Amino acid sequence: MPSPADLFTIPLDDWINTFVRDWLVPNFRPAFRAMQWPVTQVLNGLEAFLQAVPMAVFTVVLAAIAWRTAGRGVALFTLVSLIFIDLIELWPETMTTLAMIVTAVLFCTVIGVPVGIAAARSDRFLAVLRPVLDIMQTIPPFVYLVPIVMLFGVGMVPGIIATIVFALPPIIRLTNLGIRNVRGDLIEAGHAFGSTPWQMLWEIQFPLALRTIMAGLNQTLMLALSMVVIAALIGAGGLGLVVFTGLGRLDVGNATAGGIGIVIIAIILDRITQALGERRQVGGTSLWSTLKGLFRPAAAPTVEAPERQADRPA
Amino acid sequence: MFVPDAMSSKIIAKNVYKIFGEQPETALEMLRQGRSKDEILRETGMTVGVRDTSFTVEEAQIFVVMGLSGSGKSTLVRMINGLIPPTAGEILIDGDDVAAADAQKLRQIRRDKVAMVFQHFALFPHKTVADNVAYGLKIKGMKAAERRQRAEQALAQVGLEAYADSYPEELSGGMQQRVGLARGLAAEPEILLMDEPFSALDPLIRRDMQEELLELQRSMKKTIVFITHDLNEALILGDQIAIMKDGRFVQVGTAEEIVGAPADDYVAAFTQDIDRSRVFTAGSVAQPAEPVELGKDTVAVALERMERLGRDALYVVDGKRIAGAVAYRDLAPLAREDGSLESALITDYPKATRTTQLNELYPLAQSGLPIALVSRRGALEGVVAPQDVFGKLAGTDEPPTEPASA
Repeated sequence: MPSPADLFTIPLDDWINTFVRDWLVPNFRPAFRAMQWPVTQVLNGLEAFLQAVPMAVFTVVLAAIAWRTAGRGVALFTLVSLIFIDLIELWPETMTTLAMIVTAVLFCTVIGVPVGIAAARSDRFLAVLRPVLDIMQTIPPFVYLVPIVMLFGVGMVPGIIATIVFALPPIIRLTNLGIRNVRGDLIEAGHAFGSTPWQMLWEIQFPLALRTIMAGLNQTLMLALSMVVIAALIGAGGLGLVVFTGLGRLDVGNATAGGIGIVIIAIILDRITQALGERRQVGGTSLWSTLKGLFRPAAAPTVEAPERQADRPA
Repeated sequence: MFVPDAMSSKIIAKNVYKIFGEQPETALEMLRQGRSKDEILRETGMTVGVRDTSFTVEEAQIFVVMGLSGSGKSTLVRMINGLIPPTAGEILIDGDDVAAADAQKLRQIRRDKVAMVFQHFALFPHKTVADNVAYGLKIKGMKAAERRQRAEQALAQVGLEAYADSYPEELSGGMQQRVGLARGLAAEPEILLMDEPFSALDPLIRRDMQEELLELQRSMKKTIVFITHDLNEALILGDQIAIMKDGRFVQVGTAEEIVGAPADDYVAAFTQDIDRSRVFTAGSVAQPAEPVELGKDTVAVALERMERLGRDALYVVDGKRIAGAVAYRDLAPLAREDGSLESALITDYPKATRTTQLNELYPLAQSGLPIALVSRRGALEGVVAPQDVFGKLAGTDEPPTEPASA
């Protein structure tokens, strides 16, 4: 069968190779390297902290947070499953993965929420942004692993950057959606009392969109977790590496153990963030009360919680 | 030009237009050529919200704009505080043109002068009642303690001080709208825009709220622009009432003018079902009293006057004071005996004031005597004959000016 390719072919792969290797990498490598810096700082700090916190303290604190936000069942699950992770000797790997995930989600939030707000305010910006988000969500991560390695090198931080690219779209989309869905009459009331655009955002739009934004955060978190193994391909450690190594050696046991660790972390974080988003839907979701809700239990129950936990299992 | 009475005119709108669409200029031109709203929609796809509307609201007055949905009344009220910018025309608040104000100036006007109350309350669900009420104050940068105090004062005005720390959805509809009203009042604006504030409430609560608003207005004396689709509400509240249809005013006037002399069939159709006894006052059916004077006029004079006026009773005054009433059937036997007026004097006579509503006259009309209209100082200002009350209610008191008013 004759086809157009008989007459003419486009050397797309060559063009891209030329573009990335001969132009992007030599010219922008230092710039991309510099972008790594804040990620490295946050990751190192967080990982050092999580590895330093004794297992028992961390377990109790996270269980207490789960108890405050998502209720007793999730708290119990957190307690039991974290002990289980320690028993299968994956605690340090789990903490590394957790540090990676939290770092990735943190940067997704820092980038995604302002971008989402900007998209909600400008239809033109959204029109430009939407195809970019579509590409980010549909392109297989393996495609951008190579240029990321070329630009950032291998290791934890490039892994996190790949994770950010993969996990960013939901929080942007849902921030945009949440802000656009704030009731029109409330916006009108805000205008009628003379709010500035900033006051409108801070006093009305953002608090009312918070539930939807939290749903976006939850989605971003889940996507970030699903990138753990893929990120291990370019040198990220943690549970992903356990799975990846198990895969390489056909070691079913190790791969499964790492997988279970990832699932446990996913369930705990999912339940807690979901509960944060859904909570107080009756009493209203003020930004501060949600944030306070996050931090309040973390401070106190370190002391109280062991007693509560102690008298329960009986 | 400085108009002498501009001091008391709080809001002046001059030839205001609002057209929603891509090229408002085109539609504006078509309107000026006399094309109709429907024609413009059909040919250009643009909607005429408000066309060529001018009005003046005096200070401390309640100006009610009444119209059905789609008549442009909500658009009109939003142009007063610039939520919707007019396509053409001027809207002056204390002489400042809102239509020409920039964002900064507009915010200033909204913060300091014009507050708004919304149909569906538009309370912020994530803030407590007190924080809702204090919103305008917070926006202005007032300190937390001070605005809390002001919010509590405003809540006390509407009787909800106990609910300061509740959330809006814990309150009933009527209470929520009281919060909306308190939010409007907290910033102490000079002008209150109320966009169908009571339409979403049950009829009984609506009646309460109307009375409460009038009660509040007696002490606060705000300039109020009130939007409604309910003519009864308009008649109860409005000092001036504008009837709006297809983006323009068809009639502007007091309640008595609207019901008494509807400008066209459209207004007449609305006024048909109105309880006229609540609109008209005793003053509207008053006749000159033509009293007889005690100790001066004789029985014969009184009888002669009754016959001339075709009445069966007259009031008797003693100087400025009302002494009582005399009835024809009592006086007639006395005429031959040449008795005095005093012996037939009825001192238990019905009385009212000029502003008494007709529905309050019904029990007074049972005595059979004309009702005396008494001034605040006790002087006789006129009389109301019972049959005139019913004539007014039936709308047959004067020859109909429009054939359609039947």
